[in-house]
Amino acid sequence: MTTTTPPTTGSAANAASGARNYPGYGRPFWQRLLLRREAAIIGLLVVVIVVASATVPHFAAPITYNFLLLDMAPVLLISLPMTLIIITGEIDLSVASAMGLSSSVIGLLTQAHWPFPAAAGVALVVGAVGGAVNGLLVTRVGLPSLAVTIGTLALYRGVAQGLLGTTAVTSFPAFWTDLATSTIPGTLIPSVTIVIAVLAIVFGVLLHFTPFGRGIYAIGLSPDAAVFSGVKIQRTKFILFVLAGLVSALAGIFYTLRFGSARGDNATGLELSVVAAVLLGGVSIFGGRGALPGVLAGALVIGVLASALRLAGITSDVINVITGTLLVLSVILTSFLAWLQRTRLSAGRKRRVTNGPASS
Amino acid sequence: MNSLKRLTRARETGILLAFLLVVIATTVKNPSFVFSQDGFRDLLVTPMLVLLIAVGEAMVIITRNVDLSVGSVIGLTAYTAGTLFKYTDIPWLLVALIAIAGGAALGAVNGLLISIAKVPSLVITLGTLYAFRGINVLWTGSNRINSTDIPNDFQMIGTAQLLYIPVITIIAAVVLIAAAWYLRNTRGGREFYAIGSDPDAANLYGLKVGRRVLLAFIVSGALAGLAGVLYVARYGTVDSQAGSGFELQAVGAAVIGGVAIFGGIGSVWGAAIGAMLLLTINRALPVLGIQDFWQQAVVGALIIAAIVLDRILALRQARRLTVMEDSQA
Repeated sequence: MTTTTPPTTGSAANAASGARNYPGYGRPFWQRLLLRREAAIIGLLVVVIVVASATVPHFAAPITYNFLLLDMAPVLLISLPMTLIIITGEIDLSVASAMGLSSSVIGLLTQAHWPFPAAAGVALVVGAVGGAVNGLLVTRVGLPSLAVTIGTLALYRGVAQGLLGTTAVTSFPAFWTDLATSTIPGTLIPSVTIVIAVLAIVFGVLLHFTPFGRGIYAIGLSPDAAVFSGVKIQRTKFILFVLAGLVSALAGIFYTLRFGSARGDNATGLELSVVAAVLLGGVSIFGGRGALPGVLAGALVIGVLASALRLAGITSDVINVITGTLLVLSVILTSFLAWLQRTRLSAGRKRRVTNGPASS
Repeated sequence: MNSLKRLTRARETGILLAFLLVVIATTVKNPSFVFSQDGFRDLLVTPMLVLLIAVGEAMVIITRNVDLSVGSVIGLTAYTAGTLFKYTDIPWLLVALIAIAGGAALGAVNGLLISIAKVPSLVITLGTLYAFRGINVLWTGSNRINSTDIPNDFQMIGTAQLLYIPVITIIAAVVLIAAAWYLRNTRGGREFYAIGSDPDAANLYGLKVGRRVLLAFIVSGALAGLAGVLYVARYGTVDSQAGSGFELQAVGAAVIGGVAIFGGIGSVWGAAIGAMLLLTINRALPVLGIQDFWQQAVVGALIIAAIVLDRILALRQARRLTVMEDSQA
């Protein structure tokens, strides 16, 4: 975290007087708040919305945001646990397959005339079990999560397709499908926004304001130091993978209801959008760095661009180019800024060293 | 004796046995799986596109990187080749070279971003996976290249045989042998392993890490370009989604074949046999009476089983080494 960086400006005067006076932070509060990735991506979101509202006809209408939120809901939901997982230095590529699996399970149980809440409950359990399998393979067996979740990406998707074959189940109770696309009374904001907001707050508090969350950053920055500070690495990672499975299953239920169709190949490829949103939001793929507000903004930037382009009549596939380019630019920019800071720091140090003896 | 022992202990032998087991079991059930002209040709030809990119992917993974953009590179180069066939009279050999060079250029974009900007390959190639595919979709739209647009003599390559062996298989085998020889016997090839085992140590030792990583990505891109050309020859039609999802098959094949995802371990032989196993199982399952919807589940289970097996073998070897150290002490 930038906030814990020790001050690098130890002046010669302080050393001479004997009493070292370190400020609490290296930079003033407004700089710490504004000069960071999260602020940049939130700023980008604002710019994109303003430009889109000004230039794209019909974008400023509330109905646009209604569809935007409905479209982005699965990505927004899954990006929450994904952020925590990537901050620990791991990754979960199986989330979209877990969505498909959850969709298939609901479809199968609905076909067997189960009541919908029971089917959804089973789907959630299946999602959590899938997450637990990932977690066990990563923590107990000690395998790299990238390899494990590429494996379970194929495995869960395969089971999802195996369960339903090519059939699509569409006979869901109208009450539940209406609920998925319903809006908060009196507004055009979809009801699912409430679920997203509640989960965002839960995950935000968990990550930023609890010892468990501090442990997540510690694991990502230095696993060894985390062990010695008493962080239970294996348990933390296991819990995060289970949460990712659970939230993916939830997103799968929403996806199924929204389109009123349970299929084995629902949401194929969505894992890449989720990872792109998280990385665009300023989370480091090496772990240890990132914050939830940035990730939500990252996901919304992708969503706003997609719907603005669609309204402007440009084929929606352009969004792939933009997502990819933004992702590449965002990491290169980070790396460039870090390089700039390093050269500035080392230049400053050199100057002090050469000036030091002369001034004393 | 020693070399025999090494052969039986090799990780590649296990995966080869698994492959043979699948082929034999399927052939017993239905002899035409191997003993018919179509069956034999499919057995040898179907896995070759994935085999080619798996070889490139293995080289990249051995340097502790990953290339997720290969599927999109196949799409772009296949459409480029198809367009050249449709609108120009350039001889097909030149078209193939243009596609391979184009793939190498796309690989160089990845490699330069990664080795100069020093950013993780997972992120960069995830970005270029999107970007390349997006450019492809923009360019292609809903157009497609049909087999009538493609000269007959080139399409012959997709089905031609030389001494009963399909030409595509011979091309892939030549690439495989060259890559395996380079990695095993040359100084540059060994540096790939050194970099993958410990990038910092390799750097301190004076190896040109950035240049090797760049080379790995260029090779991976060029092989994807070659696979793109062969895609046109084999399937005849190219739309904007050609090759999508191939990246996961390539990574899966490499991992099944014993290439460690964190670099430094494995061989292109393993990756190649992994690709053969992966795509042959897909074709074998329906013959064995398992609905083909379950194919992907089997693939996933295979990947998991392979990495768990590798982990167990590594642990056992570590234990044996400590025992040896103890007995020497």
